[in-house]
Amino acid sequence: MIAHDIVVVGGGPAGMAAAVAAYDRGVNDVVILDREETMGGILRQCVHNGFGLHKLGRELTGPEYAAHYAAEVKKRGIRTLSETMVTSITPDLLVTATSTRGIQKIQARAVILAMGCRERARGALNICGTRPAGVYSAGTAQKLVNCEGYLVGKRVVILGSGDIGLIMARRMTLEGAKVAAVCEILPYSGGLKRNIVQCLEDYHIPLYLSTTVSEIHGNERLEGVTIAQVDENRRPKPETARFIPCDTLLLSCGLIPENELSRAAGVAIDRRTGGAAVDQFRQTSVPGIYACGNVLQVHDLVDYVSDEAEIAGRAAAARVLEEAPTGETVETEPGSGLRYVLPQRVMKTEEPVDLFLRVTRPFGKLKFVVKAGERVLATASRPVASPGEMERLRIPAGALTDGVEKIVVELEEEA
Amino acid sequence: MKKELTCIICPRGCALTVTENDGVWTATGNACPRGATYGVAEATHPTRTITTLVRVKNRVDTMLSVKTENPIAKERIPELMRLIHQTSALAPVKAGKVILEDACGSRIIATRDVE
Repeated sequence: MIAHDIVVVGGGPAGMAAAVAAYDRGVNDVVILDREETMGGILRQCVHNGFGLHKLGRELTGPEYAAHYAAEVKKRGIRTLSETMVTSITPDLLVTATSTRGIQKIQARAVILAMGCRERARGALNICGTRPAGVYSAGTAQKLVNCEGYLVGKRVVILGSGDIGLIMARRMTLEGAKVAAVCEILPYSGGLKRNIVQCLEDYHIPLYLSTTVSEIHGNERLEGVTIAQVDENRRPKPETARFIPCDTLLLSCGLIPENELSRAAGVAIDRRTGGAAVDQFRQTSVPGIYACGNVLQVHDLVDYVSDEAEIAGRAAAARVLEEAPTGETVETEPGSGLRYVLPQRVMKTEEPVDLFLRVTRPFGKLKFVVKAGERVLATASRPVASPGEMERLRIPAGALTDGVEKIVVELEEEA
Repeated sequence: MKKELTCIICPRGCALTVTENDGVWTATGNACPRGATYGVAEATHPTRTITTLVRVKNRVDTMLSVKTENPIAKERIPELMRLIHQTSALAPVKAGKVILEDACGSRIIATRDVE
């Protein structure tokens, strides 16, 4: 068995930023474990641009953003172990990993979970029909096209209008395929507006809202799909069904934080986010285990992943240095109209606390009100809010005083 | 003349109204100055930064991610892609290397290293 102060599980944008922040906070003995050949995580296949505007003040592609952090990791001499897969983490921070070197056991003083998320697959969607070749999750297709140069099909239908689906609509079009339709079961797109404009409108790709794929056809290879509008219960309306011939169906139907390791370590999971329930330092219910990035909550922008990872990295380092704050914690709760609030609990400190949240559906002009009982801790107005865009609210320094027992975020619609 | 656009400079996605009066275009609905610049440019002469891939000839199943160094005219995207599809790269490549000197008015540069 070997020992390291901080073990980071996952070498994507979250893991790298967390490791760098932990090092800069004063802990040199940090190691990053990743199952892929090189660090960078999902950014390696995200060759499009739009990364880094907030965090680095430059517009970068995914590989460039990853390279920036990889260079920061290297500059500090932080150890990275690639092709190394973590198979278990215990509540007392013993990490087991396998690689071509064999099985390694690492005793950590703090563990940072940064495993990211994975895509919801066809099996979870209950689409009727046959099981031909040509049905891919959008991210799998993205990897095949962008990393391996294999164009997965020529005539494509995309189910789901999340960002990966939109990005792939453009990618496939630029590579010479015809994207016949993007179908979205909800009455609005979950993707960023800029992606609707740049990926669909620019290439005249139709987006059908309140529409789903109701049947998959074909024996060896996909021959087409039936699409249909859905009713208010998201059930296909048979009278609207129509057949679209295609050889490829891409599924972009949601991302799920990958928390098998966390659960086995005894980390409590918030059903709303699918990730660990954490405090503002991103510490989970297991002392010494922190979480950040898409394994904690699915983000829209990598810039915010890096921010979150830095919080976790600094906090893990503070714990190793025995400088972590202590104090009473109170729970947070999303009010009506909110899908979730993170962190799920807040330690009362003198520092300001940032809350991250998502709304359940698109809203016009609204006001977020952060309350403790009848007391208002913070308010923030927004011209619009959409489920596809994470909101950030700040509880100012000194607001969390003795009387505060529970924090509720409420949403007030304004005329 | 009046055009309704969605600003794509940042994820906020402001709804812009761009109007022409005696040959002068002005934008409203933007939350920042970059939005006004974008709105007028998009209404008069839309451009895009294109990110794409070229095959690495001397590596198995390996693609090099590339981008236009500057945004190019939107209507020239199909022409750019025809050019790109005729191009390949030779490893090793460093991010930032110029792959094409002039493609539709921009250099094409590598966005990652291939060893």
